[in-house]
Amino acid sequence: MTNLASGRTNLEEFADTLLALAKADRDVVVLTSDSRGSGKLVPFGQALPDQIIEMGIAEQNLVGVAAGLAAAGKKVFAVSPACFLTARALEQIKNDVGYSNHPVKLIGISAGVSYGALGTTHHSLHDYAALRAINNIDIIAPADNYETRAAITASLRHPRPVYIRMGKKPMPSLQTASTVFEIGRAITICEGIDVTFVATGETVYPAFMAAKQLETEGLSCRVISMHTVKPLDSDTLLNAGQQTRALITVEEHSIYGGMGEACAAVLMKHRISLPFQIVGIPDEYTVTGSQSEIFDYYGISAGGLAATARSLLEKERAH
Amino acid sequence: MDTQELRRKSIHYRKTILQIIKRASSGHTAGSLSCIDILNVLYNHVMNIRPDNFKDSNRDHYIQSKGHSVEALYVVLADRGFFPVSELETLNCFQSHFVGHPTRKVNGVEHNTGALGHGLSVSVGLALAAKKNGQPHRVFTLLGDGELAEGSSWEALMAARHYRLDNLVIIIDRNTLQISGRTEEVMALEPLVDKFAAFGCAVQTCDGNDIESLVHVFDHLPFKQGCPNLVYARTIKGKGISFMEDAVQWHHKVPNDVEFQAAIHELDAAEAAL
Repeated sequence: MTNLASGRTNLEEFADTLLALAKADRDVVVLTSDSRGSGKLVPFGQALPDQIIEMGIAEQNLVGVAAGLAAAGKKVFAVSPACFLTARALEQIKNDVGYSNHPVKLIGISAGVSYGALGTTHHSLHDYAALRAINNIDIIAPADNYETRAAITASLRHPRPVYIRMGKKPMPSLQTASTVFEIGRAITICEGIDVTFVATGETVYPAFMAAKQLETEGLSCRVISMHTVKPLDSDTLLNAGQQTRALITVEEHSIYGGMGEACAAVLMKHRISLPFQIVGIPDEYTVTGSQSEIFDYYGISAGGLAATARSLLEKERAH
Repeated sequence: MDTQELRRKSIHYRKTILQIIKRASSGHTAGSLSCIDILNVLYNHVMNIRPDNFKDSNRDHYIQSKGHSVEALYVVLADRGFFPVSELETLNCFQSHFVGHPTRKVNGVEHNTGALGHGLSVSVGLALAAKKNGQPHRVFTLLGDGELAEGSSWEALMAARHYRLDNLVIIIDRNTLQISGRTEEVMALEPLVDKFAAFGCAVQTCDGNDIESLVHVFDHLPFKQGCPNLVYARTIKGKGISFMEDAVQWHHKVPNDVEFQAAIHELDAAEAAL
């Protein structure tokens, strides 16, 4: 069962997981861009000073060096705020990691609008779009601590470069210990027949809460954690498209080029037509506020998503 | 290999570079001629990189940051036995793995380059790994001068000194030209040696088109404990072909039949004079 009382941040879970992995394997190294504190890696640095390498505020060099270390056999976690990592160093990601095929683990911290009122410079609402168009990089956004731990652990054995992004909000637990996590395979958190929410990262929780709210109104909702944005789990998506009456995608990303458009392409290709909406951040400079306030403002909340679901079902009835 | 034999190789390499560029009807002619003596000395005198030890992480490493001079690299790798030189006939052809910038699809190439300002960071990573592993090998990287306008090169230099990477050898192909003109007119680099020194490199200058000068400087590696080694190689773009030397239009110009014959004639004469 889900445990909504739990409340560690995915970042803390990431840092603890990484420390455990690194203690067992001297080839695990972490690169930071003056991001040791924000990446919750101070304990890592104290425990394993030889396995953490500070690169300064220089993301391009950080990614290039990460590729070189990986080429020499190191298992490299390059940790930097998602906004800088995936924009400033995009060419290094494309050429030195993806094209040169060095399996670096790019860790985008404080992703999406986690930095809240710090504003647009610090938001990463472009990263899925930018990285989806780059060959040979998988994209993962874990929903909770369990998915975070599983994703980091799986990335160590993953043969390809991978980008994992996470926020810094305490996350309730949505999974159980028996949940199977596999890169590229979505997790269905609850089954339903009326509406499907396909959500990713920290938006899975509000989608789940919307489902609970709609349940009290007699609506049965399916909630899918599409933790791997690329490669997308088409099978799980197509089943949902065929078995439920409306489908809503939810992401902490621009509505352009993200997980929602990826889902739309798969559904259209397979001629599955149903009431459909992409919920994310619209094409505008984000309103000032905390992550929660921004989520509420753009309808990435239990109430907002429930309203979107009702509206889609009404359209379906009218149709 | 003695210096006379290395000189002979440089002439042969220049001929092959011109032949494959002529056949492909594309290539970076002058830049390849600029750096070919450096590559010759590195692969035939300095570095322990061979087809039979290429998978061994304890060998030296080479990253060509100025990826556009790929013809020079392919020609030297072929001569070193990484693949038959005849395969270079497919350079830039449909479905060939000999892409117009270095690619790991080609045996002997360690990293995909071509976008400028990348090779030094990757080399810093390789050198850092060697230090952490206690391995004695060295990492060599060749940079063009035009690419030094990319800020990432200077980020990487800071890190190289910060981590005291004296197992890193940075070679600057200082031919003073880039695609649209003199480096000093496009974006001034001077005083360049002072800049490298200020960033903590141990700098040695040499004539990058003179075999003895190159051999001499590389034989003195490492230059200074705790400092990245920087070989500041003064070169001439288009070196070896009189009408291509120091002429901006030859950056990626392909010789026509007359020019090609004239160039080969000059190289034949140079070989006869050895």
